Amino acid sequence: MFKYTALCVALFAPLSAYAATDAPPLNNEDLRTIREQIQQLKESYEQRITQLEQRLQQAETSSKNAENTAAQAEATAQQDRHPSTSSENSFNPAISMILSGTYGQLKQDPAIPATGFAMSPNNNGYTKGFSLKESELGVSANIDPQFRGVATLSLNPAGGVTVENGFVQTSALGNGLNLKFGRYFSGLGYLNEQHAHAWDFVDQPLVYLTFWDNQVGEDGVQLKWLAPIDTFVELGGELGSGRSFPGSGRQKNGAGSGVLFAHIGDDVGIENSWRAGVSLHETKRVNAVSTGVPDLLNTAGGVSNRFSGDSRTTGLDFVWKYSPNGNIRERYLKVQGEYFRRTESGLLTYNTAAANTTDTCAVTQSGWYLQSVYQFMPTWRTGLRYDRLDPGVASVGALNAGNVISNYAFNPSRLTWMADYNPSEFTRLRLQLAHDNSRQGLPDNQLFLQYIMSLGAHGAHQY
Amino acid sequence: MLKILYVFLLLLISSNVHAALNVFACEPEWAALTKQLAGNQASIYTATGPLQDPHQVQARPSLIAKARSAQLLICTGAELEIGWMPVVLRESGNSAIQPGSSGHFEAAQYVAMQEVPTRLDRADGDVHAAGNPHIQTDARNYLPIAEALSKRLIQLDPSNTQLYQQQYATFNQQWRAAIAQWEKQAAPLKGVPVIVQHKGFPYLNNWLGLKQVAELEPKPGMEPSAAYLGKVLNDLQQHPARMVMRAAYQDGRPSEWIAERAHIPAVIVPYTVGGTTQASDLYTMFDDTIARLLAGLK
Repeated sequence: MFKYTALCVALFAPLSAYAATDAPPLNNEDLRTIREQIQQLKESYEQRITQLEQRLQQAETSSKNAENTAAQAEATAQQDRHPSTSSENSFNPAISMILSGTYGQLKQDPAIPATGFAMSPNNNGYTKGFSLKESELGVSANIDPQFRGVATLSLNPAGGVTVENGFVQTSALGNGLNLKFGRYFSGLGYLNEQHAHAWDFVDQPLVYLTFWDNQVGEDGVQLKWLAPIDTFVELGGELGSGRSFPGSGRQKNGAGSGVLFAHIGDDVGIENSWRAGVSLHETKRVNAVSTGVPDLLNTAGGVSNRFSGDSRTTGLDFVWKYSPNGNIRERYLKVQGEYFRRTESGLLTYNTAAANTTDTCAVTQSGWYLQSVYQFMPTWRTGLRYDRLDPGVASVGALNAGNVISNYAFNPSRLTWMADYNPSEFTRLRLQLAHDNSRQGLPDNQLFLQYIMSLGAHGAHQY
Repeated sequence: MLKILYVFLLLLISSNVHAALNVFACEPEWAALTKQLAGNQASIYTATGPLQDPHQVQARPSLIAKARSAQLLICTGAELEIGWMPVVLRESGNSAIQPGSSGHFEAAQYVAMQEVPTRLDRADGDVHAAGNPHIQTDARNYLPIAEALSKRLIQLDPSNTQLYQQQYATFNQQWRAAIAQWEKQAAPLKGVPVIVQHKGFPYLNNWLGLKQVAELEPKPGMEPSAAYLGKVLNDLQQHPARMVMRAAYQDGRPSEWIAERAHIPAVIVPYTVGGTTQASDLYTMFDDTIARLLAGLK
């Protein structure tokens, strides 16, 4: 088959050659020029291709060089970014110092306690005239990958150093757990964990002054657990020695006080955030002596009473913060309130110096405050606070029914206004005016000027 | 009682079963960058809004709760978030995102810092020891940060390595092309003198060649007083400026005061993703920044 087609093609080839007689005949001259032109074209293209190849090679090598130099520069820059310094104080902790002082003008004697709370502490810290307040030295650092230590030492202007806080906190327990041990401010309430230099007023609310001696610190262990959900839910428990009011320091195996608290909080959009909490505090007071307690016999200067019994306090707290666009640098509004209710029952010894009669005594006292702070322009804030206490009606045993005041029939209250100027995060200058009705028949008008300054490392504040 | 315990146990266990990587981004620009590099593989929570000053944020309960379940934390670092991040980290009880662990990513570590102070003294105002932390205003900074972030994503979530590598390669290519385009668009801005409200623009100035002649804050972090603004206005006569720049989250009054009296435009720069309505992602953020600066030139 193939041989047959090939034969046909071979026979017809000369015929097709004659068929192309329409085009002008090609002579050798033309063929030569065409061949030369093709050759020239080929050569020029070859030249250009080799040139392009050379340029490509050059570009590749130069880009490779550029990459190398860039990598080198980065390496040296990395080195420069972290110069190695080694000296003995490389691991120094963060140290900060808070300096604070007041000028006070009070009508009444600050040593007079609120009516109905003569057996509660009254460490309001008020002084007439100029006074240096506590200077606070704060030291904190990571101890090792698992622990962090914080100490706050309070330098008393009258002399002496107290350890306000000295605790160790875990950093790596994970699973939302946080363990704290040592001396720390209890997690109950909202204001209790805030240091004095962060307070929005010169003083604590009346309920904190009388129920918690300004703020209760525990020597013990605190465990907090944060739930793994999007809403902030935190549960905490503490076991401590109960050395601070309302407890009393005593030699005892086991825990002298216990606290349980739960917090829940969330945002509402970008502009609002809130936190609410409940707490329970239980302790025992043992042989706690109070002097200057008024009695039904109107003894001049009051009497000394001694109380031993159980103390149980429940509390509710909430705080709401609002800021346009969430930009708290410009303006914000904060509203907070807390309520505490304490039931104490045990044995009261009336007038330890003379009558010395002991009988049962049980009372439920309560107190609350509501305060609001408004930053109306950057660096300027104003605040208003209302306090109220209820000394309750005590059930006094028959032996002391005629001596111990069971019903004061008076609710201490106070209204406070403040304005402060904060030119930087580390400076605060405050003016505070209060109308204090916490002592029956002794209304007090109070004026305070205060400065609070911090130097050194200043850590982040809590919510 | 037992039922409640079982529910809690279930919650504890279930928190470890994640399909997507839980990311906690301190600022919107890092959330946007993570979205570019991780696509749908990351569930991203942004801690601050575009109109919030990131220096001053409260360590509020919602931040702590979200940090609790985060697997990767992305912040600027260089002490920008020092006013709130340490409390959030401590209270979160999450060991995976503590400083030094692989779930803790500080963007400032990967860029060359500007304005590193030679002395640390609060008399100089609110200075940051590691340098100016507002690194997000220079588009070129996103390249080394993206590279490092991509590597970190692969480290934390190796099962999606290919996706992360692809996303990074795409981002790297597109971002470089975008940078070239922005630099071309911003050519008229070279050498233009400007005033800024807060010293937060060294990276932008460095990139686009703007010349900063004055700041409205007497010291970083201090509010501009009327007296100081008057002084700046006087100085403008010797050293004129073409516009006064501020970040979207800053209060406009000082800028507008100067703008009115010096007859120069007050320009708002988005500063982060979402700072203006046009800045909806990283690309449009720089598009809008350059557009607004060019509009200020007219």
